[in-house]
Amino acid sequence: MQFDENAPVLEIKNLNLSYWTRAGEIPAVIDFSLTLYKGESIGLVGESGCGKSTVAMAIMQYMGGNGSIKSGSIKFKGVELNDLAPEELRQLRGAEISMIYQEPFAALNPSLTLGTQMKEVPITHEGITDREAHDRAVRVLGDVRLPDPERVMAAYPHQISGGQQQRVVIAMALLSNPSLLLLDEPTTALDVTVEAGITKLIADISKQYGTSQIYISHNLGLILEVCDRVFVMYSGEVVEEGTIKSLFTWPKHPYTHGLFGCIPLPTADKNAAPLKPIRGQLPLPHERPTGCNFGPRCDFFADGRCNSRDIGMTSVTGSAADHRVRCVRWSELDFAGKVAHGEKKLPITIGDTVLEVVGMQKYYEVHDRSIAAIITGRSARLVKANEALNFDAREGETVAIVGESGCGKSTFAKVLMGLETATAGEVRYLGTNIGAIPVRQRTPKQIGSLQMVFQNPSDTLNPSHTIGGQIGRVIKKFGVESDKVKIRERVLELLDLVKLPRDFYIRRPRQLSGGQKQRIGIARAFAGNPAMVIADEPVSALDVSVAAAVTELLTDIQREHKTTLLFISHDLSVVRYLADRIVVMYLGQIMERGTTDEIFQPPYHPYTEALLSAVPIADPEVTKREIVLEGNLPSVMNPPEGCPFTTRCQHKIGSICDEERPAVQMASDGHAIACHIPLDELRQAEPVIAVPKAKERVNVTS
Amino acid sequence: MLIFIAKRFGFMIVTMLVVSMLLFLLLEINVDGVATKVLGPYSSQESREIWLQDNGYRDPLVLRYTRWLGNAAVGDFGDSVRFKVPVGDVMWPRLWNTAILGFWTFAIMIPLSLTLGVLAGMKEGSKLDRVISVTGIATTSVPEFASAVFLSAIFVFWLKWLPGTSSMSGGFSFKELILPIMVLVLYDFGYVARMTRASMAEVMTTHYIRTAVLKGLPYRQVIIKHALRNALIAPFTVIMLQVNWLLSGVIVVEFFFAYKGFGALLLEASLNQDIFMIEACAMVAVFVAVGTQTIADIGYTYLNPRIRFS
Amino acid sequence: MAEATATPSMPAPTFGAALMRAIRSFALLRESWVGMIGAILVFFWIAVALLAPLLAPFDPNATLIPMQTPGAVFPGNATVPAGTFWLGTDQLGRDILSRVIWGSQTVLIYAPLATLSAYTVGILMGLAAGYHRGWMDDLLSRVADIILSFPVLVLYIIIIATIGASGVVIIVAITFASAPGIMRIVRGLVLDLRNRDYVAAAQTRGESAWRIMLVEILPNARGPLIVDACLRLGYVIITIGVLGFLGLGLPPPDPDWGGMINETRSMAMAFPHMVLYPCFAISSLILGFNLLADGLREVSLRD
Repeated sequence: MQFDENAPVLEIKNLNLSYWTRAGEIPAVIDFSLTLYKGESIGLVGESGCGKSTVAMAIMQYMGGNGSIKSGSIKFKGVELNDLAPEELRQLRGAEISMIYQEPFAALNPSLTLGTQMKEVPITHEGITDREAHDRAVRVLGDVRLPDPERVMAAYPHQISGGQQQRVVIAMALLSNPSLLLLDEPTTALDVTVEAGITKLIADISKQYGTSQIYISHNLGLILEVCDRVFVMYSGEVVEEGTIKSLFTWPKHPYTHGLFGCIPLPTADKNAAPLKPIRGQLPLPHERPTGCNFGPRCDFFADGRCNSRDIGMTSVTGSAADHRVRCVRWSELDFAGKVAHGEKKLPITIGDTVLEVVGMQKYYEVHDRSIAAIITGRSARLVKANEALNFDAREGETVAIVGESGCGKSTFAKVLMGLETATAGEVRYLGTNIGAIPVRQRTPKQIGSLQMVFQNPSDTLNPSHTIGGQIGRVIKKFGVESDKVKIRERVLELLDLVKLPRDFYIRRPRQLSGGQKQRIGIARAFAGNPAMVIADEPVSALDVSVAAAVTELLTDIQREHKTTLLFISHDLSVVRYLADRIVVMYLGQIMERGTTDEIFQPPYHPYTEALLSAVPIADPEVTKREIVLEGNLPSVMNPPEGCPFTTRCQHKIGSICDEERPAVQMASDGHAIACHIPLDELRQAEPVIAVPKAKERVNVTS
Repeated sequence: MLIFIAKRFGFMIVTMLVVSMLLFLLLEINVDGVATKVLGPYSSQESREIWLQDNGYRDPLVLRYTRWLGNAAVGDFGDSVRFKVPVGDVMWPRLWNTAILGFWTFAIMIPLSLTLGVLAGMKEGSKLDRVISVTGIATTSVPEFASAVFLSAIFVFWLKWLPGTSSMSGGFSFKELILPIMVLVLYDFGYVARMTRASMAEVMTTHYIRTAVLKGLPYRQVIIKHALRNALIAPFTVIMLQVNWLLSGVIVVEFFFAYKGFGALLLEASLNQDIFMIEACAMVAVFVAVGTQTIADIGYTYLNPRIRFS
Repeated sequence: MAEATATPSMPAPTFGAALMRAIRSFALLRESWVGMIGAILVFFWIAVALLAPLLAPFDPNATLIPMQTPGAVFPGNATVPAGTFWLGTDQLGRDILSRVIWGSQTVLIYAPLATLSAYTVGILMGLAAGYHRGWMDDLLSRVADIILSFPVLVLYIIIIATIGASGVVIIVAITFASAPGIMRIVRGLVLDLRNRDYVAAAQTRGESAWRIMLVEILPNARGPLIVDACLRLGYVIITIGVLGFLGLGLPPPDPDWGGMINETRSMAMAFPHMVLYPCFAISSLILGFNLLADGLREVSLRD
């Protein structure tokens, strides 16, 4: 293989990829072209089924048993990859082209030490000795900022955390100095603050090693932070490509424009400028329309022009170089640099207090069976899942509980729902202390008035029963109706409420899409006319446009019924959009609580500050202060005596943070911060997220 | 890890005790029945009563049990009713014979099934996989007594290569072992091969194997260094548990070929109501079974780094 | 998305609907030829068992002319009409074909009964252990481990030798020996399924534990359980065959394939037909169930 170092690192022309199933050929990627130069970073963004991961696999020439490259060329440094023999491909992989995967733990062999897995890369490709490989691996582990590289080399994958595993995967990919790095959603499986660290690492590494990158994600905000250029894909085709600045500020394709309208940017507001979901549904791969794939869902669809024949990419003149779009009407459309918004909606009037949480505590007993524990007599340990929780929620209000894994938010939800009872403190709902009443002892009315929407749409419904049967059962159980005919009526009403066709009554979950299943989950939660609904990450598993639709649905229903919404999430963008008030939790305790505005402005709790900095925002003119957390999440069984955040805090003031629990300081009536740092000092911090006013924006006409 | 081993052994002992209690209850609770079986159905009530007194059968149940257990622990199982000699004299040589049969069966079966299973699982859905899978299913569908018949028909009656029985009357003869071993291997290899195949096929679809391939490692290294290490954990456990199966399977084979083994002994003892022999054989069988299970458990924990280092 | 305006009819959970679904799922087998062959074999033997009185030319226990080769003709006597010994007779003069046909009935009554009984016990135990966890799980798992640690045949021999052989004893013994294995499988499935959100949704509704186990969890475990059931039927048939072979099976004179094979194997050198046909019979039936199980597994994976 002779590489041409002057050629672009990657040059893909008119690539067509298909899968071959029993049902015939299913085109996965159509007419894909891309040129990547040395040191450049290109983002591939799109929703599920758009084909972005398939492109990565095609570059690696690893499409699996039933996928193949139908036509087109992929040239790596001038060498046509489609023509290479398997042995030549093998030499390329890991040495010239490396890949980083979505789930780092699954990508590592659980039975081999990390050192072994890392060393084999340069040993295989360059023939160096074991000692040399070891030294190089240690050095690269330092480059990816892993403390104590020697320990990591000797460890097994399960002995390190998720973020550390991903750093090892990145290090492993860099060991033989590849020219091209393929990153397939590398941070999706990680916590927000960990994600920020990895994202920054990826951006820095590219500069340090001079690698070119293809970064695949569904999150436009992440692409903005990492990439130079971006390709937007829809249903197998690239619909728009351009530099970050050009595409983010002047999107030309209706789909791109629509996508931005679905993301809760800082400029969105649930009443004044709500999200605008894209109507319709993604076409199935074998049911794509002629002409523009996006046509049926496009507000600017022109019959006869948009659906007559295949559309190619055309260059957008008068803009930054290489901004191209696949649309026949692009020159007629002017989005005026404004993000799409839905119609204005009336704000909900907030009513009386519905929920009061006073000093709630939930401890679990865990029996530690190690020898050390038995000897010291401390074999029963306490997991302090929730500690000293204080806040309240009023009628019609949306209160968000924000935190990462292990913060105790799911435990709190369980106590509210009655799956657990509180160890101490009170949870007063509509006057009764339900914290002490397990669900089996609650009245049907109590149960019906407090329900939950779950996270995972594929698991939220029982696959073996019909939709109508499942919702009907809920109605009956809550005592809303008991007559068969009335129950059926009510089920149909609920289907109307969540804007699904009535004939879904007889369908089974298998026949529904993720978004539709989640809507049924919402219908089920509202079956008993609840006064309060807990939504546990209801949209984090959904595509952006589907999530927008479900979010809007939830707020519409809430508006109509004046329901209180307790929204649990780790995604601060959605939280900022939806919530009236926010509670920030860390390791079982409340770090800060207040209204949305109060949380997003100084004074900040240091953890809030870090969380805000970690949120990817898809607005190129918003600036963020960069805060990266070092240190490890302490184990729940062994929390620090003092402030739980002390092991990672960027503003730690001294040993007082380790030893003493901080007192709660009230920055204003309702805004509480639990920190040792005096309020005055906290007030002096710069805002983390700076959103320019409309007048100050360079490229927006109001 | 040590705690785990200690716990497993502890459980093993508890199992043995519980089983021994149940056995004892089942067989010796009816003291008159015991006496009748020992002395024969035609013995008189008086002679039975004397015998019961002499042998401590009128003592409380718990005492009798503890005494029996104590004796068993040192290998004294009493005298065989049928052979009129200490149980051990008959049982141990027979156990040795079965051990020989088991050894050779495993020596052939394990390499055969592991190899076929790995080859089949490596290329799931391929022709080779199909052939191995279906062969495995077919051989597991023929019960041992039926395959013994088929094999005898071919090798004893038609080809006349092998003898039809394996009583070893003329001293040890390997030729007489061949048919019993064939029957056992034929039946069991299919099961182990399919377990191995399933484990291997599952490993081949994991993401870490994809990582290994996309790192540019040679295919041989991917299979041997990355895949097998994980794929062979489950079959290892399965193989250890095959000792348990062997103790059952060997009964039919020994009966069919008149091989003087442990399984045939247990069967004869049961049919002849030779109580003490039954108890002894059952205890030994359970001991071997539980022992191999314990070793399998410990081995599995050892081989799986996720559990070993947690 | 157009909205349907007609009110749909509520699907009546009738037996008919369930039967239609069962038949449709067998049609899925068309995709797996292995499963098809298995299904054909199984249905063949079920048909033989059901039609035994019509198909068998002679009374299986009637001793007519000993040691006839296949195809020999029976001229008839005072009580028994003439006919052909299509598969020959055994050393006591009984028609092999009739004995094979009636033997299928014996097997196909006792095996499903024993399996069903084992499944009922195993499912209940597995559900309770997997869903409730805690001391119940510990206890049930320990008991299961103890029973499973016994070599299976040793267990059967001891039980039957002590209590005596009869249809009921055999069913109880098989239930006792198989339930722990089934319990383990069900428990594993339940441990996985109980973490699903729809189970949490049912719990937050205040549903009772048994309702959740039987209505929410169990139907979703049916895939692996059906495959296991077919396999286990095969094992149980082998067990019944082995017990018959060893003389511990159902008491005579009911024709039982295992017993037939044992009785006739000493004649095998001279009269192989006596022993070979029952061997083919039992092997083909077990093969049928094993192939069917494999086919079902393939199909369920593709879902």
